[in-house]
Amino acid sequence: MTNVTFYERVEDALNNEQLHVALNRTTARLGGLRTTAFASLPEAEAVRDRARMIRAHTISKLADYLEQFAANLEQCGGYVHFAADAAEANQIVLALAKQYQVKTVVKGKSMVSEEMHLNHEFEHLGITVWESDLGERIVQEAGEMPSHIIAPAIHYTREQVGDLLHKKLNIPLSHDPAVIVGHVREKLRQEFLVADMGITGVNFAVAETGTIALVENEGNGRLTSTAPRVHVALMGIERIVPTLDDLSVVLQVLARSATGQKLSVYTNLLTGPRRSPEADGPEALHVVIVDNGRSKVLGTELAEILYCIRCGACLNACPVYQQIGGHAYGSVYPGPVGAVLTPGLKGIEPWADLPHASSLCGACKEVCPVRIDIPRMLLKLREEGHEKGLAPAWVKMGLPVYRFVATKPALFKWAIKLSGMGARLLASAQGKGGWLTKLPPPLSGWTQHRDFPPFAAKSFSQQFKEMSE
Amino acid sequence: MAQSSSHHSAKPAEKPKSVQLFVTCMIEAIRPEVGMAVVRVLKRLGVQIEFPTDQTCCGQPAFNAGAVPDARAMARHTLDVLSRSASPIVTPSGSCADMLVHQYPALLAGDAHYGPLAEQIAARTYEFSQFLVDVLGVTEADLAQTQGHESVTYHPSCHLSRGLKVTEAPSQLLAATGVETHALNGANECCGFGGLFAVKMSDISGAMLNRKLDNIEASGAKIVVGCDVSCLLHMGGGLHRRGSAITTKHIAEIIS
Ligand code: SF4
Repeated sequence: MTNVTFYERVEDALNNEQLHVALNRTTARLGGLRTTAFASLPEAEAVRDRARMIRAHTISKLADYLEQFAANLEQCGGYVHFAADAAEANQIVLALAKQYQVKTVVKGKSMVSEEMHLNHEFEHLGITVWESDLGERIVQEAGEMPSHIIAPAIHYTREQVGDLLHKKLNIPLSHDPAVIVGHVREKLRQEFLVADMGITGVNFAVAETGTIALVENEGNGRLTSTAPRVHVALMGIERIVPTLDDLSVVLQVLARSATGQKLSVYTNLLTGPRRSPEADGPEALHVVIVDNGRSKVLGTELAEILYCIRCGACLNACPVYQQIGGHAYGSVYPGPVGAVLTPGLKGIEPWADLPHASSLCGACKEVCPVRIDIPRMLLKLREEGHEKGLAPAWVKMGLPVYRFVATKPALFKWAIKLSGMGARLLASAQGKGGWLTKLPPPLSGWTQHRDFPPFAAKSFSQQFKEMSE
Repeated sequence: MAQSSSHHSAKPAEKPKSVQLFVTCMIEAIRPEVGMAVVRVLKRLGVQIEFPTDQTCCGQPAFNAGAVPDARAMARHTLDVLSRSASPIVTPSGSCADMLVHQYPALLAGDAHYGPLAEQIAARTYEFSQFLVDVLGVTEADLAQTQGHESVTYHPSCHLSRGLKVTEAPSQLLAATGVETHALNGANECCGFGGLFAVKMSDISGAMLNRKLDNIEASGAKIVVGCDVSCLLHMGGGLHRRGSAITTKHIAEIIS
């Protein structure tokens, strides 16, 4: 994270007209597609319940399933590496690059690689990395981080994308997505052919078979995992499902939640590297299983966030994300899921603002395919921040006073009267018919965007009493 | 009238003769006319009102700030106040009802005295529109004498619809009054209130509010109706800032 504060990033985002156009277009489109897709799934709610049960069960027995997955993958000729944190994961991947004398890498989409800032590590070693997912490629060429977990370049309009890629990739200028994709594809073909190593993420790892499932729409994942000599797959420790049957359940809700598809265009099931007499596939498959803070929340009130299947639906549905986009969060994972994951896995400091970037409207929980109770965990993290004294001073000092007053009925009534008098005094100076148009700090936040109505001349208690007499 | 979904497993066997009114701090201080409208409606429907005068605030501001000990203290106070009578509790606020129904039991789960008490109170707490439709089974005939109002649009507040899952009752009540109702684009989107969120994250909240207000203005309605005074204050404050002629009313004011 840079020195820029959350509030400054938010201000930049809110003032960015183009960002608004882009976010409005795509979040609305994805949200609509999701609704339609679930409408066509028979017993959709029951499937979501099952998906949730599978995730809950897996996380409750995570160590066992990881062990089973690792054993089965090795049985199929794959290699398994465990990394405690991002630094260790980088060491493993860079050592592999050295071992296989890698000069160029082609990459599919992987959020874990973003956690590792892997591209930078490669660049330091003079190894060229080509992102092959179109969205990832756009942010790579722009020198940015993804701003959405499934639509990395959601913050760009197609016009901006056309201009950027024209400049960076030296392709003919166009603002037609189909034309742009055509040109990029030609570039990518060359890259797939020469790359020494392919790096991908993992959507799910199946414990009973040692299979990794890779879900994508562009075919780049398939090529990345099969064309180069070596395939390195990066996954978080929680990305496991026990069986192929379980996989079929979570896949049913993943594509629908993410893009409104019944199934993504490519669902790659990879079980080990190429075996003779097979003609395709990499010579070696390495799976790097990364913890990077995840095991810290196991067994805590935040463990539920590990059920996440990274569909991105909560981002699209979130009215805060819709306004500020992903970069404002300042974290690898943005949106509601990021506001739990980031402080949960990396510690509340310096991320204490993120759990507060929510009106607790519950839209995230409503759309989450595995019904993760994100608002509950945002509150839990707010509690942790509050306990650690990370709240603003006026909140820290104000709430105990409020509590003192609100547990003493007579004092409470008196305080309301006093507030009313104060408000009337202020309002009379402002001359807006009793409405307050400017409140002093810390309440000035309210009057930045809205007026405050007059207090009642007679409280409800008084009116009720008079009526009853 | 068809029943909306509800958290209450057991509905009272008989229609309650009397209810306790938990009026909320917002109505106490700023919009008492909403409380009076609630009283009129309930009385007309033959329900007596108990009003425990030592009630204060449910504690949501502290709870949402993560100040759990403060929230617990306010929850204990409210439970003391509401447990003296066995009557159901009615509150004209979706979010305060949700606080009592869902958050109190969780907040006080480890407390030998207040934990069970929170469960008991949760089981007999209702949001106003929910109580009318689900418990009293209000019919169109009951609302026939409703005065004519200007056209309305309904904003389903988040804790009412997603927390309590009360999604049908308010619209049913509005339909029964025959008031001209305009559809609201993006109705289910939050108005941006969120308690202290509107103060601490004022700019994000303001952007959410503006989107909501654009939709409200585009609806063509003269009045925004809701079941949460706090959200109505937020939207009303934004409308006032815009110089809009659209006003906000609690649903009780429409049917009283
Ligand atoms: S939290 Fe739920 S909705 Fe959000 S990305 Fe994860 S699975 Fe999808």
